[in-house]
Amino acid sequence: MFSSRMFNILVPVISVILGLIAGALIMLIFGYNPILGYQALWDGAFGNVYFFGETVRQVTPYIFTGLAVAFAFRSGLFNIGAEGQVIIGWLASVWIGTSLHAPMIIHLPITIIGAALAGALWGFLPGLLKARLGVHEVIVTIMMNYIALHVSNAMIRNVLTDGSDSTEKVAESALLSSDWLMEITGYSRLHYGILIAFLAAFIMWFLLEKTTIGYELRSVGFNRHASEYAGMSVGKNIILAMVISGAFAGLAGAMEGLGTFGYMPTNSSFTNLGFDGIAVALLGGNTAIGSVIAAFLFGVLKIGSLNMPTTAGVPGELVEIVIALIIFFVASSYIIRWVILRFKKEGK
Amino acid sequence: MAFIEALQSIIPIALFFSAPLIFTALGGVFSERSGVVNIGLEGLMVMGAFVGVVFNLTFANVFGTFTPWLSMIVACIVSALFSLVHAVASVTFRADQVVSGVAINFLALGLGVFLTKQWYGKGQTDMVSQPFYSKSIPFLSDIPFLGPIFFKGIYYTSYLAIVLAFVAWFILYHTSFGLRLRSVGEHPMAADTNGINVYLMRYVAVMISGALGGLGGSVFALTISFNFSQSTIVGQGFMSLAAVIFGKWHPLGAMGAALFFGFAQSLSVISSGIPLLADVPKVYLTIAPYVLTILALAGFIGRAEAPKSIGKPYIKGTR
Repeated sequence: MFSSRMFNILVPVISVILGLIAGALIMLIFGYNPILGYQALWDGAFGNVYFFGETVRQVTPYIFTGLAVAFAFRSGLFNIGAEGQVIIGWLASVWIGTSLHAPMIIHLPITIIGAALAGALWGFLPGLLKARLGVHEVIVTIMMNYIALHVSNAMIRNVLTDGSDSTEKVAESALLSSDWLMEITGYSRLHYGILIAFLAAFIMWFLLEKTTIGYELRSVGFNRHASEYAGMSVGKNIILAMVISGAFAGLAGAMEGLGTFGYMPTNSSFTNLGFDGIAVALLGGNTAIGSVIAAFLFGVLKIGSLNMPTTAGVPGELVEIVIALIIFFVASSYIIRWVILRFKKEGK
Repeated sequence: MAFIEALQSIIPIALFFSAPLIFTALGGVFSERSGVVNIGLEGLMVMGAFVGVVFNLTFANVFGTFTPWLSMIVACIVSALFSLVHAVASVTFRADQVVSGVAINFLALGLGVFLTKQWYGKGQTDMVSQPFYSKSIPFLSDIPFLGPIFFKGIYYTSYLAIVLAFVAWFILYHTSFGLRLRSVGEHPMAADTNGINVYLMRYVAVMISGALGGLGGSVFALTISFNFSQSTIVGQGFMSLAAVIFGKWHPLGAMGAALFFGFAQSLSVISSGIPLLADVPKVYLTIAPYVLTILALAGFIGRAEAPKSIGKPYIKGTR
């Protein structure tokens, strides 16, 4: 028999393969050469140092949002609100980054922590409502996403600037970008955030697997009633899980504000970083290491897809379809397991 | 008199904005009442808007003024078929319904924009030549006070939305089909014991939500946006979902909530023309629907109780 650990690795791998095959079929149906299409995708992600730098740049926020969604999942919560937490984190990082003046060693950490706190606050409210009143977190976080979007736009227009559609540039002392990294990657927007992302993944792993706090959080995720009976405070753990999850998502916003862009424009629609984070977490099996690997996969797909229209003539949205299908296959893991077990039986 | 003039300008616009929300929210009511969470309403609207616009552009010459109505019906059918993906995943494959809904949203947008680029060679379609036009109803619009408010410059689709809400209410609460559908969402095992096919009911409910979502999307496209692009449907589906909850999973409640959200949107559009509202920053009006939904859920505006078995896949033979 297959062990559950084996399934946990097999299901995502099979889902990705099925998703890519479906993408190839779609390309065939519309008269494109799938090999050329995927070749263009690969080149678009790894073809030269610039593309590679951009890929890693895109992976950075994905790691954070993936960790955010995964962390909440492990405590039995679905944080669809990562999107809003990203926006609020981005706003906070740019706000502190533009208004405070201090040497880098103080300014940068304060800015990053500020973004994490802002995201945490946006996660705290759904957590509190869930813990105290039993309100479902999915709906509340969806609503919080829109509140974040509209409030941040209003803040940029009315508080941070005087009616302008974009904030000023963040002060040099709060930027994560470095000339050196940009130079060696052919002037991509690669920045030091990727190191913080790896650190965050390590922290999540350590917190969940090696500490009492993590044990309680996971326990609440497995069985709320048993945890209650064992003397844990379920409410406290739900709030804590949402706060930490929100902090991770807020940091993803800081990556955009302090690294990729260095400012914040008004957004007419979502960044999609948070929504993509759901895909990252699901594919990564809600573990820290899995999220990092899945973030790389989605980063490669997203950045690589930009090269598909110019080189192979394939609309880049093909990748969106592939990602959607991968989510479907992972979500329908029941059927994949069933098929695997079926084949296993027949093989005997 | 100023008050009545304000009403005359607000109500038609509120009806105009809320029609797509009402259709989609009714779809949400059907699906959620049967126990299937439908976060994918947004994606179903995207599909409806896409199909509605493409059909309209392609067949405008053939069907003339009937085109918008036919576009609406075709969008309805295609979205119902598209929602089968959600039904298969969440009913048969026992997938997490929220995750499957998220995938529907990704898939609809991906497909829509991919095909738009494929067929039109650019990121958005052309403007439709046969959209819906607002009409004034003869005689009724001449009634003093009420005429200009309810019967002048209003889209037929708005009336259709309100009529459909009452039809949905009648189906859900006064037919055996409706009773079965609701029982499947409350206690599927008891329903199954009584000989109701739980899986079939849920499939039908999800497809109805697909049809209504598609209707909502196509009405949005043919009355408000007039074309399809990445940014045609941005959040209307989620706002409809909010209306479902704010309306306490009741068709008429959902209609009321959708009307109210449309009203809030129309206020943010025309607030500068109204003396009292001109000083209120727009952002309060834009976030009002979302804040109110959270308050409703938290029980500050009457308790909103979800159907008992919502979000749980039904597995025959388990207790």
